Amino acid sequence: MQTEDYLLFDDFKSWKKYCEKHNKLLFEPVLDYEIHQKGTKETAIWEGIATAYQVMCEAVDTGLNEEMTSRSGMINNGAKKVYRYPKAVLSAEFQRLIARALAAKEVNSCMGRVVAAPTAGASGILPGTLYTLQELHDIPNQKIYEGMLVGAGIALIIERNASIAGAVGGCQAETGTAAAMASGAIVYCLGGDINQVFGAVAITIQCMLGLVCDPVAGLVEIPCVVRNASAAAIAYSSAQISLASVDSVIPVDECIMAMGEIGQAMEARYKETALGGLAATPTGQAISRRVLIHDIEMLDDEPEQ
Amino acid sequence: MAERSSVFDMIGPVMIGPSSSHTAGVVRIARAAIRVFGSIPDEVDITFYNSFARTYEGHGSDKAILAGLLDFKTDDKRIKDAFEHAKQQGLTYKFRSVGNAAIYHPNTIKLNMRKGAHEVEVIGVSKGGGLILIEEVNGFAANFTSSLHTLIIFAKDQPGSIAFISDIIAHEDGNIATMSVTRKGKSGQACLVLEIDTGIRMLTKDYIESLSWVDQVIYIPDIDM
Ligand code: SF4
Repeated sequence: MQTEDYLLFDDFKSWKKYCEKHNKLLFEPVLDYEIHQKGTKETAIWEGIATAYQVMCEAVDTGLNEEMTSRSGMINNGAKKVYRYPKAVLSAEFQRLIARALAAKEVNSCMGRVVAAPTAGASGILPGTLYTLQELHDIPNQKIYEGMLVGAGIALIIERNASIAGAVGGCQAETGTAAAMASGAIVYCLGGDINQVFGAVAITIQCMLGLVCDPVAGLVEIPCVVRNASAAAIAYSSAQISLASVDSVIPVDECIMAMGEIGQAMEARYKETALGGLAATPTGQAISRRVLIHDIEMLDDEPEQ
Repeated sequence: MAERSSVFDMIGPVMIGPSSSHTAGVVRIARAAIRVFGSIPDEVDITFYNSFARTYEGHGSDKAILAGLLDFKTDDKRIKDAFEHAKQQGLTYKFRSVGNAAIYHPNTIKLNMRKGAHEVEVIGVSKGGGLILIEEVNGFAANFTSSLHTLIIFAKDQPGSIAFISDIIAHEDGNIATMSVTRKGKSGQACLVLEIDTGIRMLTKDYIESLSWVDQVIYIPDIDM
């Protein structure tokens, strides 16, 4: 049901149709959506996006320059070590990409300021990818902002048809969505057409499907931080594939359907409950015993009231 | 149909890590609580319930609650150093963990705030994504989210009072989004909580407070401002 004169972001098919029919760029209907749905002024939207990007870049720099140790000790300045390591396994650019995604996410784990994109657990992925994209290709801020709006449109559709929360859909929903947003934004910023942008989303989702949410001791640290790095890498590999117009075969909307289906079928122990996967390993359990509070009172009979 | 998300739910909010339910939501509970209290308290007992009971340290919710009690906003970088700031500002605190209060939502916090003889108890829930619900104020069911402007009125329970107050708000062009009333005993005190879309004038608050059957009015504008 599309009665309004603006797009509601129900699926990718209608987004494409709308842009083609009205001869619009991908970010334009996202802007219209926010103006009509939320009554926000266009200038305020651009300002909000600019602030978000600024906070993202600051998070990268903070993570690479300041002390980053989490209270549990599981996060301990990893990004800086990667950034400064003398040997690049692939290229210096790749090394920086990985270090930056780690850096912004470490800032999140260490109670620093980040942008949830789409969630706090995935808050290193857009910063790492966009920061590196801008540096590599000398992209003006305005273009990055447009790419971020495209990313927001991508996330709106995923939220509607699957989920963006680890507690609902597993980690595929959090880091998977962030990687899809990033990949779409990369292809958009590099001048890809609609098919190539959506293809990058489809391929990214295909790569991230099935990932469970299994944070050790329930803290957003292990494996979350390294998954921000791998998701950033997948965003780039998918962008590379799709920019060459290599077909995802399964259309993007159907990839999202698959993600929703898998998310629904996933058992509760893989949904942020810290009862399965890495959280349930002997070491994970030992860490959990160490960091969780044991000095807890148990009430006999619900007094208090 | 549920309301559609904003672009800034997808890219945003700007927040302090690690998670919106353990940081932003907790800060907001405290920000709402000190507004109910009327100022920053001198002394506070903080009880973390259920899943918060075990995890509040690991997630830094202890820092987040102190930061909110000091009136820091959800994106304030000082949250990380809230212990030092509490010390500097002379806020004393005690933490308590209760593991199995089945009557409460998993992520519940109780705050007992004191300053001299003034004491207030607030119970709040962090519902995820930074959203909160203040469930109780001094034993009265309050049930407000603090996403809007909130008016809490303690009054003698008498017929017609609710209609009278809703009328006043309507004349302020305030759209009442939710309203709840709790009574303590027959014709005892009643607590009326209204969530209003737009703010009201101080004059209106003062007028309501001047009514003979009204004991106290607490007005909490948008807590994120
Ligand atoms: S493992 Fe869970 S908590 Fe960690 S990033 Fe993934 S979804 Fe978020």
